[in-house]
Amino acid sequence: MKTQTEHINRRSFLKRIWAWLGAIAVFEFAVMAFSMLSPGGRKRKRGASSFVTVGYANEIVPGSVIPYKSGQFYLVRYQDGGFIALSLICTHLGCSIGWNSSEDQFICPCHASSFDKFGNVLNPPATRALDTYKVFIEEGLVKVDTSRKIRRTGFQNSDLVYT
Amino acid sequence: MEINREKPSESNKRARNLVLHIHPVLVRKESIRFNLTFGLGGMLAVLFLLQVFTGVLLRFTYVASPDKAYDSILTIQNDIFFGQLIRNMHNWSGILFVLIAFLHLLRTFYTGAFYDKRRWNWIIGVSLMVLVIFQNFTGYLLPWDQLAYWAITVSTSILQYVPVVGERLMEFIRGGENVNASTLLIFYNFHTAILPLTIVILMVFHFWRVRKAGGVVVAEKSSPDMVPSDPDLVLKELVTALVLIAFILVLSMFFNAPLQDRADPAFSPNPAKAPWYFMGVQELLLHFHPFFSAILIPFLFVGGLIWLPFLHFKEKQQGVWFYTRKGEKLVLIAAVVALITIPAGILLSEFVIDVERMLPGIPLIISSGLIPFTAVFVLFALLLYVVRKKMAPGNNEMILFIMSFLMAAYFIFSLTGIFFRGTGMQLMWPWNI
Repeated sequence: MKTQTEHINRRSFLKRIWAWLGAIAVFEFAVMAFSMLSPGGRKRKRGASSFVTVGYANEIVPGSVIPYKSGQFYLVRYQDGGFIALSLICTHLGCSIGWNSSEDQFICPCHASSFDKFGNVLNPPATRALDTYKVFIEEGLVKVDTSRKIRRTGFQNSDLVYT
Repeated sequence: MEINREKPSESNKRARNLVLHIHPVLVRKESIRFNLTFGLGGMLAVLFLLQVFTGVLLRFTYVASPDKAYDSILTIQNDIFFGQLIRNMHNWSGILFVLIAFLHLLRTFYTGAFYDKRRWNWIIGVSLMVLVIFQNFTGYLLPWDQLAYWAITVSTSILQYVPVVGERLMEFIRGGENVNASTLLIFYNFHTAILPLTIVILMVFHFWRVRKAGGVVVAEKSSPDMVPSDPDLVLKELVTALVLIAFILVLSMFFNAPLQDRADPAFSPNPAKAPWYFMGVQELLLHFHPFFSAILIPFLFVGGLIWLPFLHFKEKQQGVWFYTRKGEKLVLIAAVVALITIPAGILLSEFVIDVERMLPGIPLIISSGLIPFTAVFVLFALLLYVVRKKMAPGNNEMILFIMSFLMAAYFIFSLTGIFFRGTGMQLMWPWNI
């Protein structure tokens, strides 16, 4: 090892300390800069849960697909009465999907991915099912928590919420 | 060209002194031959200054917040004297910037200006190219219209396919789950501060390295005659700059920068396309799994560009377009082969081959990623094998062939994406879109 045999004098010792201090200062500055890069900070990203109240459950006809563009989701009620809130963001590259009632599927205008009523991929290039939002039913009112998207690979029966 | 060589006046001397901060007193006569470099590097410097000038003017009115950005663009266009013209100039020189930077990269490559002394400058150049693209890309979002919003949404979504950290990376760049106010602020900051500053620093370094390498690349056998850079070189630079500026002005007078409806996050226009220089990637996205088309292939390509000057070359031709006669031929062959095979490949993948249908149940990353990618890779290797057998090229000529083929391919992918993709990204004739 070279460093052990090397003679360290006062001058080179001080130089080394300066170099280390410099490196630490650069690191500190980098951390500060990095945290400044996200405007609004982390708090805003997590956010408190925000609910969208959709309406009374018994007024929503089974088999209907209702867009809530302000909340960025489609509320779907299946024939058996189960609710699901599908994100309208295509999982391929983030365009907003449209509901095509004649073909009974969601179609993305950007790269022509399509999804069935449950959000499963019918046609690539999308590689996974549509994300969902949590649905609550409180005193007959359907509410959707739009603060957090839920990722999934495919539809499961437990995704449905009943009155 | 007949150049007046009278004794310079006092003020001319001062101008000359200024020029000598950048140029040497004498330059090789060969190095200022216009069709050696086409003045592309100089044009980029002019474009950069033009962008700074018009960009700073736009900053006086532009507001980087989603509720105000679009209106401030309208104000620039409608209420400010010549505001529309300044915006148009900024737009057109931004487009030319990317285009000419790309041509400059091609020129440098095809005249063999990346060996030895020019090695690091090649890498600085590739970095500048990437920065110029990001400079344009960050500016693309600022008008906050439908075009801007969805192009950035689509392009930044690609990041989620980076393995492991993809999702987090995308949210970091966007400053949230979707493109939002934070994204606009981040992009604005990069566009008007971080990127231009970085470009200035690298640009200075870039110029200095050209001087260190003894000026622009020239053929070893070319005449050793020297001419004074003032006026011989300076005059040519001035003319090129003025013609370029005049061209941009005329373009800006007749063609407005695009501005669509105000951005609406709930409604994607159909089709929603990426910025034009990413259109080749967008076309690839329609044929391969996103990880391959938008992450791996571009990464390999830029990696290859950086690696290029470190390859071992037996022969190094410098300052001669396409290196040799054989090189010329190979470039032509590459272009023709690409012109036939790439459209054929696009049509096949669009209408005939559907790997994910043929192999249901297999993860998409394999059926629409690994399998087609490997197939294309094997076909390309086969092509290279045939070329090697038939033409017996040296390794620099082989690289010339590979690069030319890839460039031609990207060019065709881009054209397809820009002109032949309509509603729902279906293939159609340009006049039906």
